[in-house]
Amino acid sequence: MKFVDEFRDTEKAQTLTKAIHSIATKLAVNQVKPLQIMEFCGGHTHTIFRYGIEQMLPDSIEMVHGPGCPVCVLPMGRVDDCVVLAELPNVIFTTFGDAMRVPGSKKSLLQAKADGADIRMTYSPMDALNLARKNPDKEVIFFGLGFETTMPSTALTVLQAEREGITNFSLFCNHITTVPTIKAVLDSPDMKLDGFLAPGHVAMVIGERPFDFIAKDYHKPIVVTGFEPLDILHSLWMLLLQIEQGRSEVENQYTRIVQANGNTPALKAISQVFEIREFFEWRGLGSIDHSGVRMKEDYAAFDAEKKFSVPNLKIADPKSCQCGEVIKGVIKPWDCKIFGTKCNPENPMGALMVSSEGACAAYFNNGYHQQKTA
Amino acid sequence: MNTPLRTTKFSGKKVNLSHGAGGKAMQDLIDEIFVKGFASPELELLEDQARFELSELAKLGSRLAMTTDSYVVDPLFFPGGDIGKLAVTGTVNDLAVGGAIPLYLTCGMIIEEGFPIDDLQRIVASMKKTADQAGVRIVTGDTKVVPRGAADKLFINTAGIGVIAEQTNILASRAQVGDVVIINGYVGDHGAAIVDARGELALEISVETDCQPLNKLIQAMLAVCPDIHCMRDATRGGLATILNEFATRSGIAIELEQLQIPVREEVRGVCEVLGLDPLYLANEGKLVAIVPEQYSQALVEMMQQDPAGKGSCIIGKIAASPQGKVILNTGFGGKRIIDMLIGEQLPRIC
Repeated sequence: MKFVDEFRDTEKAQTLTKAIHSIATKLAVNQVKPLQIMEFCGGHTHTIFRYGIEQMLPDSIEMVHGPGCPVCVLPMGRVDDCVVLAELPNVIFTTFGDAMRVPGSKKSLLQAKADGADIRMTYSPMDALNLARKNPDKEVIFFGLGFETTMPSTALTVLQAEREGITNFSLFCNHITTVPTIKAVLDSPDMKLDGFLAPGHVAMVIGERPFDFIAKDYHKPIVVTGFEPLDILHSLWMLLLQIEQGRSEVENQYTRIVQANGNTPALKAISQVFEIREFFEWRGLGSIDHSGVRMKEDYAAFDAEKKFSVPNLKIADPKSCQCGEVIKGVIKPWDCKIFGTKCNPENPMGALMVSSEGACAAYFNNGYHQQKTA
Repeated sequence: MNTPLRTTKFSGKKVNLSHGAGGKAMQDLIDEIFVKGFASPELELLEDQARFELSELAKLGSRLAMTTDSYVVDPLFFPGGDIGKLAVTGTVNDLAVGGAIPLYLTCGMIIEEGFPIDDLQRIVASMKKTADQAGVRIVTGDTKVVPRGAADKLFINTAGIGVIAEQTNILASRAQVGDVVIINGYVGDHGAAIVDARGELALEISVETDCQPLNKLIQAMLAVCPDIHCMRDATRGGLATILNEFATRSGIAIELEQLQIPVREEVRGVCEVLGLDPLYLANEGKLVAIVPEQYSQALVEMMQQDPAGKGSCIIGKIAASPQGKVILNTGFGGKRIIDMLIGEQLPRIC
């Protein structure tokens, strides 16, 4: 398949793997622990598992699967809010498919659908707007979630609804921001990370510059990375080269998509519709300052939180969950007390077991149930 | 969809509750649409059951095989097939993969009030055509009509009977180290065709369902390799699910070569866009067989000559460990474990 197979070429993969092994061997001489590289984004986690990239790396490199799966980090209270909205009379609640199975304190959206709520899976917020056009006597609520990658399309949909004067469409905004979250990980006292693969599609929107602080203030190398398997290997090689040469810079591997200053029209749409929240609650990580956005007052007519009464309850993560430590690379998924037993993909307790992009679900689904079988 | 319909007194009409009430309206519908449509001697006797000569069955083998399946596909008509073709193929294939020669099917229909009788007639014609192609007869049936909203358009149940020859012993628990894994062509076509036919995604693809009876191909395979160890049709849950079942039941490991698994470009494209995995997509005309290595080459060559097996190839082999696991050599140089699917295959968002 054109523009896909080129980025999955076996020979190029072998060349890159050799180069990675060669630098890693040199670095290992002075290493007391494996180099911990965090891929922030759930999309990267997915690629790493799908192509078996971890097995291609030397033992002296350990991938830490970061918090960048928006479905995983959705707190239970927000899911409960979704269920409340979806069960309102005369409402069609629309969501991306992944969010259907995320457990709330009482039920998931999938269970709410079975109980009779009109919940529909959509592939784009524009599909939700289309439903609103077709069902003028119903209120269509779109469950907006995701990092900066999905923010522009939600913002543009709201702007389109405003232009058309559609009054039966609203957004339940749960968009989250990348930079404060990486900062929270870096500020955590038990953090031992040596470098980052930065999320390519977030960078496509916000550009490279917002990641500068990681290199300048925290002295960690970071490479903006694409989502094909060769992108991952290429970026790892670039990262190792920085470590070997004692550099910590923001480099861009994903040049075919990401421009240094990001995407101006997308950023304009985001800033027109959204503003930063003081804090946002994350599953597994707790409250992080400035890590979410809400709709500006000008768009209150499209804001489900203002249009309807949303309980906005805070529900604590289950005590036994160790998602926070897994996200920061302090422990591996199989070190968690309830991994694979009380917490499994059928009955996820913790954030990282929820979506296939979460580290624990990825480990479990790929059969890494304990260290020995890895 | 293109087969011209007989003109009947029902042309242009819709099914109503009286067609399921047991009276004259029902009798008319059964006579006109089902008995004439299926045209089998057993059905024409209009008894409450079909009857078979045991001595005739015994000539074909030593054991009876029986299976049943219900069909609820939406939409009812999709590229390359319809619910009727599926209802015959599915049950024929469920018998055939056990090595049985399928002979007789039943047909139970649950019809929603208001269903167009022309569509019903089309579906019956499609069932008859598929049954003829597979060499089986539809010998008895049942019709129920339920009020609007109590069922979605049309559900079909078919049960089937077949006969298994003395020497055939196909079991999910018989895979042995050294055996090879064979498939009879492209995987994921049916799943992709249904996603497309639902029309929610406005995809511009031209994939048709692979829905086809496999019994003739399988009998030819048994002639070349009487000792097929395991065989299943890879329907819901796809190739991945079937192989996991073989690995667990046989207590062996299955090693797959990703580059050898045939997937159409269009199907790969659909999967790339929607974040699906073709290994988990449904098929309706694909069998997976585990056979002793020494037969594999001759078997694949023979299968490639059969219209139902043109794309046949070897996609992997059986190893001793890790027991109960299916491992994919990714073609990129890595390995991953292919597990059973949890819940539905939901699209990813980013």
